[in-house]
Amino acid sequence: MAKFKGAIVVDTEKCKGCGLCVVSCPTKVIELARDVNGKGYHYAHMANPDACIGCSSCGLVCPDTVITVYRMKVS
Amino acid sequence: MGDIRLMKGNEVIAEAAIRCGCDGYFGYPITPQSEIMETLMIRRPELETGMVVVQAESEVAAINMVYGGASCGKKVMTSSSSPGISLKAEGLTYLAGAELPALIVNIVRGGPGLGTIQPAQSDYFQAVKGGGHGDYKLIVLAPASVQEMNDFVDLSFELAYKYLNPAMILSDGVIGQMMEKVELSEFKPRWTAEEIEKISGSWATTGKKKGVTRRISTSLDLDSAKQEIFNHKLQAKYRAMEENEVRFEKIDCDDADYLFVAYGSSARICQKAIEIARAKGIKVGLLRPITLFPYPTKAIQAMLGQVKGILSVEMSAGQMVEDVRLAVSGKVPVEHYGRYGGIIPTPDEVVEALEQNFLGE
Amino acid sequence: MTATTELKNIISEENLIYSKTPVLLDNEMHYCPGCTHGVIHKVIAEVIEDMGIQEETIGVSPVGCSVLAYNYLDIDWQQAAHGRAPALATATIRLMPEKYVFTYQGDGDLASIGCAEIMHACNRGENIVVFFVNNGIYGMTGGQMAPTTLEGQVTATTPYGRDCKTTGFPMKISEMVSLLPGTRFVTRQSAETPGAVRKLKKAVKKAFANTREDKGISFIEIVSTCSSGWKQTPVQSNEWMKEHMFPYYPLGTLKDE
Ligand SMILES: Cc1ncc(C[n+]2csc(CCOP(=O)(O)OP(=O)(O)O)c2C)c(N)n1
Ligand code: SF4
Ligand code: SF4
Ligand SMILES: [Mg+2]
Repeated sequence: MAKFKGAIVVDTEKCKGCGLCVVSCPTKVIELARDVNGKGYHYAHMANPDACIGCSSCGLVCPDTVITVYRMKVS
Repeated sequence: MGDIRLMKGNEVIAEAAIRCGCDGYFGYPITPQSEIMETLMIRRPELETGMVVVQAESEVAAINMVYGGASCGKKVMTSSSSPGISLKAEGLTYLAGAELPALIVNIVRGGPGLGTIQPAQSDYFQAVKGGGHGDYKLIVLAPASVQEMNDFVDLSFELAYKYLNPAMILSDGVIGQMMEKVELSEFKPRWTAEEIEKISGSWATTGKKKGVTRRISTSLDLDSAKQEIFNHKLQAKYRAMEENEVRFEKIDCDDADYLFVAYGSSARICQKAIEIARAKGIKVGLLRPITLFPYPTKAIQAMLGQVKGILSVEMSAGQMVEDVRLAVSGKVPVEHYGRYGGIIPTPDEVVEALEQNFLGE
Repeated sequence: MTATTELKNIISEENLIYSKTPVLLDNEMHYCPGCTHGVIHKVIAEVIEDMGIQEETIGVSPVGCSVLAYNYLDIDWQQAAHGRAPALATATIRLMPEKYVFTYQGDGDLASIGCAEIMHACNRGENIVVFFVNNGIYGMTGGQMAPTTLEGQVTATTPYGRDCKTTGFPMKISEMVSLLPGTRFVTRQSAETPGAVRKLKKAVKKAFANTREDKGISFIEIVSTCSSGWKQTPVQSNEWMKEHMFPYYPLGTLKDE
């Protein structure tokens, strides 16, 4: 079975830190940062990048559509 | 020359709409204007010109359909009578705020409240001063004959599109129900999509084409500074209307010592009153405002050096008289004579009122 | 290979699988963090892109938090008076029957002040799509009771909980419109999980396809959250919605003809 490696890019300045992506991620990749962005929100970031499978769950539920998802097949 | 017919005022509104290339009518039944929609339904313009006719669930829905249709750059209209126009007030101010052209016909009946189904002119304030909220104006045309019911449909659309502003035909049950000879307008084809793009391409919401700025039909701007600038623009537009679009008629004014000011069916009554008064040796003329907004203020002022008294005759408790007084600024006496609640004054009553007010009788 | 270089390898054009559709403008949304409006906007935008109907679609936005929806979807828009969006949409589709027209309305807008307009547009079977965002509250005006507010729910105007004896009962609008012969497709969806979003997207596609086939009105209710109005975090809101809203407003398709 092919395995996938994924990665996300969060537009941290536009992120509102709602946390919906965090709970939607099946492999617990995402956390809210301790730092805040220009608007004062604890933005989302990949805390555990190795676990990302590129399923796009976070992207789908993000109300502000600030997550871009990449996925690569690894043998 | 167009077809000559004997028709009711209300039927003529419907016929004129079809002939001027109107795209859509949205209405709700109310006496004394239901014949407008009924005539349209009988005529089936959807088969002839493609014009859409919809009986809406309420006047509120009808005027908001007009808003939607107007937003598409289409020539759209509604008609109603007084209680229905009160409901339409919401849509009127939104149309004005979004700078949308449309035609609204009010065949006025006596009020307040459910009032009566008989004719009146007691919606003058509502038509020319507002009706809805905010600093806006409607273009208001007051026909005094079935012929003008025909002519003002096309004229209203012309002005509405010229100024991107809703226009109202303010008539009443007398003219709506009256049969008169009329020369109908020639048929004009409805605008094609290409023509709409040419005429209203900067704002009509017809679908965002590639490389073209998208269009949004709205009256909202939460930024007060921008809202004030927008209001300045509206006011400039209203001043331009006052400069360019005032229409009125003067009858027997050349030698007049006294003046009637009256619009619509009251003006017809005043014409009869002039004959009676002149037979008695009273030199009286009539100034008939055709546009109620913009109001013929200057035309009234031009008469001030000549006349000794002005009688504003209206089928109301005295509404337009306020605009006459504003124009006159106390320079000559201005009085009001009116019957209301659906009662139509007789020419004799009008002459009597003139005599009582100005001739010491 | 180190972790960072590996990431760099993955993040490249050919591996891109999810990004913002160009139909969604870059303007930052004014919605509160976690607001369902954002998810619904995105789904509509994605379907418009997928179906290639951007040039033919006209949206009608309501009065409510989504009054400014026109700032987010790159299409032509009409902004309606409170509750009247279905009237605008009626005229628009009648006068331009070849277009795709949708209304986007909150529960205050659609179920309260605009109840007559939506019922009659549904009854006439206008060939439009309706998005009904049911968050059980008036979000924009500060969290007052909506017709859809649940029994006992605390809002700014039901500070002791909604008392159905005096305020009536939460209205099941989808059930109501599904009874009207004019409606073709009535479905109740949500948008809180990836699965729900996918299902919603399917429903939206079906709705616009119905327009294409001139089938008449498609009505999509989206049970939503308003974390500001509900005074919970976005994550808590989703949990509260599942626990309290879903039993009363069960998800699923009520009508598909
Ligand atoms: C005629 C009118 N009445 C009242 C308002 C005030 N108002 C603005 S939004 C709103 C309620 C919106 O609630 P809803 O439709 O549920 O949308 P939400 O904000 O929850 O998305 C009200 C009452 C208004 N703008 N116009
Ligand atoms: S869902 Fe979007 S807005 Fe919310 S925390 Fe995640 S990235 Fe930020
Ligand atoms: S108030 Fe509620 S509905 Fe409005 S943007 Fe905030 S979360 Fe969304
Ligand atoms: Mg709501």
